Amino acid sequence: MRIAYRPIVLGLLAAGFSILLLQRALAGGGHYFPPVGDPLVNEECGSCHLAYPPSMLPAASWRRLIGDLRNHFGDDASVDAPTAARITDYLTANAADSGGRRYGEKMLRGLAPGEAPLRITELPRWIREHRKVPDRDWRHKDVRTRANCPACHVDAQRGYFDE
Amino acid sequence: MKGALHEEIAGARTAPQASHPLAARLAAGLAAGLLAWPLAALAGPRDDLLAGYSSAAKKVDPSFIGFSASRGDSFHRRAFAGGKAETPACASCHSNDPRAAGRTPTGKRIEPMAVSISAARYSDPAKVDKWFRRNCQEVLGRECSAQEKGDWLSFMFSQ
Ligand code: HEC
Ligand code: HEC
Ligand code: HEC
Repeated sequence: MRIAYRPIVLGLLAAGFSILLLQRALAGGGHYFPPVGDPLVNEECGSCHLAYPPSMLPAASWRRLIGDLRNHFGDDASVDAPTAARITDYLTANAADSGGRRYGEKMLRGLAPGEAPLRITELPRWIREHRKVPDRDWRHKDVRTRANCPACHVDAQRGYFDE
Repeated sequence: MKGALHEEIAGARTAPQASHPLAARLAAGLAAGLLAWPLAALAGPRDDLLAGYSSAAKKVDPSFIGFSASRGDSFHRRAFAGGKAETPACASCHSNDPRAAGRTPTGKRIEPMAVSISAARYSDPAKVDKWFRRNCQEVLGRECSAQEKGDWLSFMFSQ
């Protein structure tokens, strides 16, 4: 009797938790962008800043970014060629206009076809979503830059971008 | 849940002692072995790193006699003018205290650099190399010398 009890409780808890996550993902659909699931991409693209979800940019943007990692916004983020190829494969396969369309298509609204910005923070949609954020919030010492999503979106690491 | 888990671990530790003393001793030996293993496995790559920088430093300066953790400590905190204004020192991102976590200008947390806290660090020479290349450029606007790298690592190994 004692033995059977614990797995059932744990199983119920686990099931309840997944339903909760699923509900958030479906209901708050607009806020969920699946986080990077590839350890290599997390290691190489998640050390200096949040490993941005691939579904936030079109595949062409990711290609441009990986194409010039030596001059990456003033930093040298370069990796060897096989690593770059693997990262490109992952990011482009899950981009806002390919595998990640379901989550990220809305991020591309207002973007002219063929446009491939290097920043999420330059997307018309991103700018519109953030136009009400007051100036002093951007200057706050814990924010410092627009690229620091987790300063405001505390669950960004897990893919949630609600307040 | 936490409580139940603790109970389970405590149970696992005491139960075999009561019934099977031999099994308990085997388990204790295994546990000690598992604890010692990562330390022993990591001493290798770290020693190799220092040995490599040491022979490089000797080539540049034949009177080089060894690395100094205290020189590494000053290097870690020193503000340089050659790199980016935003990050004049290693400590700008890694924090003055190597046992404390740091933070990049883009807001990402960096786990402490001290080996006593972050035991898995400096085990992958390619990773060490990559970040020396990036971070020295960032802070000094040039590569770090073999002696600077060895001093800095010695400081982190001593912390
Ligand atoms: C050595 C540090 C470093 C590494 C490694 C790095 N980045 Fe960056 N990244 C930066 C910096 C610095 C910025 C500019 C941040 C700012 O505007 O404040 C940036 C910005 C970005 C942006 C634009 C953010 C915005 O404003 O919307 C994207 C996208 C990006 N990086 C993707 C990547 C990818 C993909 C990788 C992995 C291949 C990567 N980064 C690896 C330092 C790094
Ligand atoms: C200074 C704080 C701050 C930073 C930094 C920030 N955001 Fe936001 N973000 C907000 C706020 C506040 C809102 C909600 C705006 C509203 O509802 O009026 C928002 C809304 C959003 C939304 C819309 C959610 C939805 O679908 O309705 C997305 C997506 C988003 N942010 C992504 C990002 C990303 C990606 C970054 C980093 C590149 C980022 N944010 C950086 C404060 C911030
Ligand atoms: C702009 C921020 C920044 C500065 C300044 C900086 N670092 Fe780093 N450093 C990082 C990041 C990010 C990582 C990778 C994240 C990690 O390993 O946790 C890293 C990793 C490292 C590593 C690899 C550690 C390992 O586990 O193998 C070494 C070595 C290193 N830094 C040395 C230095 C030295 C020496 C300086 C000063 C000359 C310095 N760093 C300055 C951000 C910085």
